[in-house]
Amino acid sequence: MAHADATPVLELQGIGKEFGAIRALHDVDMQVLPGEVVGLMGDNGAGKSTLVKIIAGNFRPSHGEIRFAGDAVHFNRPVDARGVGIEVVYQDLALADNLTAAANVFLGRELKRKFGPIALLDHKAMAARALELFGELRSETRPDDLVKQMSGGQRQAVAIARTRLSNARLVMMDEPTAAISVRQVEQVLGLIHRLKEQGVAVMLISHRMPDVFAVCDRVIVMRRGEKRADKPIQETSPEEITALITGAKEAA
Amino acid sequence: MAMPLESPITFSNVGKIKWWQRGIFASQTGYVLLALAVLLVIMHFASPYFFTEGNMQNVAKNFSFIAIATLGVTFVIITGGIDLSVGSMMCFSAMITSMVMTELSAPGSPLVHMAADGKTVLANVPGLILLVSILAGLGVALIAGLVNGFCIAVLGLSPFVTTLGMLSIVRGLGYVVSNGRGSFPGGPDADYFYAATSGDVLGVPVPFIYLVILALAMAVVLHHSAFGRHVFALGGNEKAAELTGIPVVRVKIEVYVICALAAGLQGIIISGWLGSAPANMATSYELNVIAAAVIGGANLAGGIGGPLGAIVGCVLLEVIRNGLVLAQVSSYWQQTLVGVIIILAVLVDRIRSRMS
Repeated sequence: MAHADATPVLELQGIGKEFGAIRALHDVDMQVLPGEVVGLMGDNGAGKSTLVKIIAGNFRPSHGEIRFAGDAVHFNRPVDARGVGIEVVYQDLALADNLTAAANVFLGRELKRKFGPIALLDHKAMAARALELFGELRSETRPDDLVKQMSGGQRQAVAIARTRLSNARLVMMDEPTAAISVRQVEQVLGLIHRLKEQGVAVMLISHRMPDVFAVCDRVIVMRRGEKRADKPIQETSPEEITALITGAKEAA
Repeated sequence: MAMPLESPITFSNVGKIKWWQRGIFASQTGYVLLALAVLLVIMHFASPYFFTEGNMQNVAKNFSFIAIATLGVTFVIITGGIDLSVGSMMCFSAMITSMVMTELSAPGSPLVHMAADGKTVLANVPGLILLVSILAGLGVALIAGLVNGFCIAVLGLSPFVTTLGMLSIVRGLGYVVSNGRGSFPGGPDADYFYAATSGDVLGVPVPFIYLVILALAMAVVLHHSAFGRHVFALGGNEKAAELTGIPVVRVKIEVYVICALAAGLQGIIISGWLGSAPANMATSYELNVIAAAVIGGANLAGGIGGPLGAIVGCVLLEVIRNGLVLAQVSSYWQQTLVGVIIILAVLVDRIRSRMS
């Protein structure tokens, strides 16, 4: 917790969300500091994904306030959240298999060159920038290779490189290690370290206890729509977290 | 931004993909092109008439008659959609074009004012009637394409069902406006019309020239514009396209409009060659067009396809048809053979992707 005195990049105060009669989230407060890796854990239905969707701009909260880098923000659409610097790496990575790595990184925000009235893609600049990003992430990924020919770790790198393009300050990763091999898990955790080195805050949503304990500075446990624990990783143990997730232990 | 000569990454575990395993060499389009080349050589030895100028002109003209529409439907197929209404659209556009042309030329028609010399005002400017009538024909295609796109992209109806409905709607409208009789291009601009649709420049059939220009434009749009990239992304992973902020609805509507316009233009060109736009014109052409696109390598699952493939597919179909005629085989075999080739082309692609 080297940045304890810095302004939190993300601050939630009393966030609540109701869907009709169902209370999905209740009075959640939390902070994420720059360069901090926070694990968000909880069983299915604990409110993790609702919370992520509120931060990413998919839902508006029923109650409470979101502050980003000190300023109150209101997101109506995911584009708004991306605008301030929140990027999400989705569980299925949201990549187009039939396109190259560089094309995927720049999807929706392609670099163009003007030829009179016509704007054509600047393939060279995009490939060069993508290669730079893969270099930063220390991933052996060629910008011109098709994503369908890539390993799970490389695909993660492409998805994460996309978040680096806009200089995101908070990256939320939804189950990045759920469906990949052991060696690739190592690569993904390495990528999270790279982000942290560059001062990016990371929120890791995961079911895998070893991964959370390997990279996170802090862990937040959700249960039944409420935050039940928020502890530095050194002060807790996998056993305690499991107990908090299952409800064997009410709060910590 | 300069391309760094020194890569910041050392690729110790990740090999470079060989040139023959990427791009066109690893695509269905590539080996269908190879098959076409082989077929051309066989045809050359099988029939002395095949490589004559007259026959080549004939082949070029004939495949141009479906290839422009195939370019359009390829856009739709790349996004993972399908457009079954192209055949009907060809007929309807052609019909509207020739009806408008005749109507605008007719003295005393209620739509136009008479000039002092007794001709309609429009008829005094050479080519103006032609222009207006072609725009009218393309205009109805544009509307039908917009309706297709709206139903599919905004209302979320299935492309297959929507365009199947449009196939019937547009064909029916064709019968309604013509009373089932069909129509003929007429008036002072009819000669221009025939020259612009079925003439030739220095021995090259005009439809073929249009085809080459449109195919080049399509190649640039698909591979060098943001729109083209979004078309591919939509076919590759629609959800990803949406999450990355691509205007999915707009792109979808645009591809159906492009497809309808291409079909409309194709229909107008065909009617110039036929000399009329009968109400049953281009019936079931949608099957030929889609077959040509698929043989040329467009993947109905979306994400793959291009202008070269569309043209190669059309040429292959036409060369086979032409070859069967020259070889004096009953032309009824053509349809059977086309079916076999569709399945073969897709089968070879499946085997190739299994092996790699």
